[in-house]
Amino acid sequence: MKRSVIRITGIATAALLLGSGLAACSAAGGGESETLRVTLVNHVWTDIIKDKIPEFEKETGITIELAQFGEDQLSDQYNVKLNAGSDEIDVMMYRPLQEGKLFAKNGYLADLSDRVTENGDWDWSDYQEGPVDSTSYDGQVVGVPIITEQEVLYYRKDLLKAAGLEVPTTMDELLAAAEQLKNDNPGVAGFVARTAKSAAVTQFSSFLYSYGGDFIDEDGNASIDTPEAKAAFATYGKLINEFGPENVSTDMSWPEAMAIFTQGNAAFYTEADSLYKNATDPANSKVSETVGFAPIPAGPDGSRAYNVPSWALGVNEASSQQDNAWKFIEWATSQEMTLEIQQAGVPGARASVWEDPAGISTYPADLAETIAIATKNGVGHDRPLVIRVPEAREIVGDPIVVAITGGDSDAAADAANIAFQELLDDENK
Amino acid sequence: MTATTGIRASSRKAYSDWANRHRKWLFASPAIVLVGLLITIPLVWTIYLSFTNSQGSVRSDHQFIGFDNYAEVFADFDRFWPAVGRTFLFTGGVLLVELILGMAIALLLWRPFRGEKWVRVAILLPLVATPVAVGMMWKLIFDPNIGFANQVLSFLGIPPQPWLSGEFTALPTLMFVDIWQWTPMVVLILLAGLTALSDEPDEAARIDGASAWQRFWYVTLPLLRTTVIVAILLRSIDALKTFDILYATKGKGGGSFNEVETLNVYAYGLSFDYNDYGVASAVLIIFFMLIIGIMWLITFKRKEKVSK
Repeated sequence: MKRSVIRITGIATAALLLGSGLAACSAAGGGESETLRVTLVNHVWTDIIKDKIPEFEKETGITIELAQFGEDQLSDQYNVKLNAGSDEIDVMMYRPLQEGKLFAKNGYLADLSDRVTENGDWDWSDYQEGPVDSTSYDGQVVGVPIITEQEVLYYRKDLLKAAGLEVPTTMDELLAAAEQLKNDNPGVAGFVARTAKSAAVTQFSSFLYSYGGDFIDEDGNASIDTPEAKAAFATYGKLINEFGPENVSTDMSWPEAMAIFTQGNAAFYTEADSLYKNATDPANSKVSETVGFAPIPAGPDGSRAYNVPSWALGVNEASSQQDNAWKFIEWATSQEMTLEIQQAGVPGARASVWEDPAGISTYPADLAETIAIATKNGVGHDRPLVIRVPEAREIVGDPIVVAITGGDSDAAADAANIAFQELLDDENK
Repeated sequence: MTATTGIRASSRKAYSDWANRHRKWLFASPAIVLVGLLITIPLVWTIYLSFTNSQGSVRSDHQFIGFDNYAEVFADFDRFWPAVGRTFLFTGGVLLVELILGMAIALLLWRPFRGEKWVRVAILLPLVATPVAVGMMWKLIFDPNIGFANQVLSFLGIPPQPWLSGEFTALPTLMFVDIWQWTPMVVLILLAGLTALSDEPDEAARIDGASAWQRFWYVTLPLLRTTVIVAILLRSIDALKTFDILYATKGKGGGSFNEVETLNVYAYGLSFDYNDYGVASAVLIIFFMLIIGIMWLITFKRKEKVSK
């Protein structure tokens, strides 16, 4: 009696496991419930789109499975999944300047050239030239730019007023103002910015351009040891070393630096304007009422901030739902959506939205003005335009960190240039 | 008829006899095969990659380049050898402190006393927290501006320290975090060894007039030798491979000056940031051989001691 009970239980359990195993297999294999896997990064853009996804789902009947990560984790995710040729990602939000070339070269991004021109209403020609350039590879369109950013100077209107200072318009004025504000306000730093070796490169680039330098010169050679570049390193470093927060960490990316500014602990902050909501939203920022925006102070070569497409949407080449993926992209990047998102605080890449006065109606007046200036004079890249971008950023970021900690940034710039030239030679082999 | 049934019956019986005798292996074999494959296939693949110049994408073309990657790694005094140095410094430092501290705590917990259950629970708490959460928690505590650590220091009149942000203070600070988290495990192992000891040698020594230190050093410790070696073995393998607290607190490359970049962090950066799979695989194989070498050294010592 006992033995037969055990035997029956054993057979029943085995049958159950087998049955559920088969069911799972068939569900995964032949699932016709259209689920689109979308991977996005932590950004104000994502927060806005997330709220609107139910509209898309109702309109098209497609279910969206959303995965959201921080920048670094997102890059790692892509690296692993796309390397394995996984079809688990359909729509991907990626950085055209950071990984665009690598992904396109490796064939991870589907060719969208035909799709973008199909729908006249959606209007691909509305997109600005620079961003379109960065999401094209080898004559094919591989992505749709969704966020553009320029570097601006965030500043504390109240501190400047109390000290009787005007908004600095040159680098020298910035240095002087930072010094004065730091002395006037104990516990508050004069200036803060990103300090992590790799993260600081993009924000430093505007300093580099304003001093008349660039990462790579017209002949394609490394140029971070030119006198202009060295001057830029020295200024960026001096601002943080002498007028920055006490015991400043050399690991700060924008979340940390923004936190210092929004908690009221710094007077000036150079950062991308696409993050401005973090400073003006009273829920996140203690200084939301007194934040001002100004163009990057002019160096010897004028005020030259970067003007780049920071994020784009692409379709995974290995995805089995490329049509649906394109539907999502079309929806998320339509004229109406871009206008709405731009009004909510994230600058887009459509020319028509920029020309529409409603496009920047919700922006603080000084920010709108600043963006207009930066867009006109802006430089189209904020980092070395190579394939091995992470490595290049670490190389050119080294003199920045040396300058921040008060070391010999000139020598570091010379050494970095040699290493950078090696990388360029290696890539061009 | 009887003949055929007889033959069939006997072959069936022979099979079931054989299965019965080898049932240990039969039941364990699916799991063994699976785990074996899971270990050997990645290892073989990594060894293969280390002899190629695979870069960018694993699926793109790569050529066999022999030992070039290894030569490049061994000649790299910029990142590789400092990483090796940091790995040994980190491991040696935490091992030493964890052993001494762990031993002291185990000795204290050895004799029964009031409230010992609560003390035991309290001491084991750091062990159950996940390393990444621990990393984030200590990152906040050690923040130079708003962190609790500097606030305590200022209360005591000591100037604020950079802790995790300083180029030379980051690694020692992280060693402290590791010690905080893993000493309980060493305590557990040593305590298990201690409770297995009999009281007689210790009592005999006390009767003979030995001091507490002499009793510990000449009686308890020699008896505990195997347990100590087990603790060293387990802890050192993990400490050599420490990644979570280092990456959670300092991020890519072990900080802007590579100040906490150990071999594991370096290999991670090579794979995921530089996408340089050939060199990364070479570093990993060298690392693997290093760990095996250290393991062999330790177990060799143990066999030596036991045979004495």
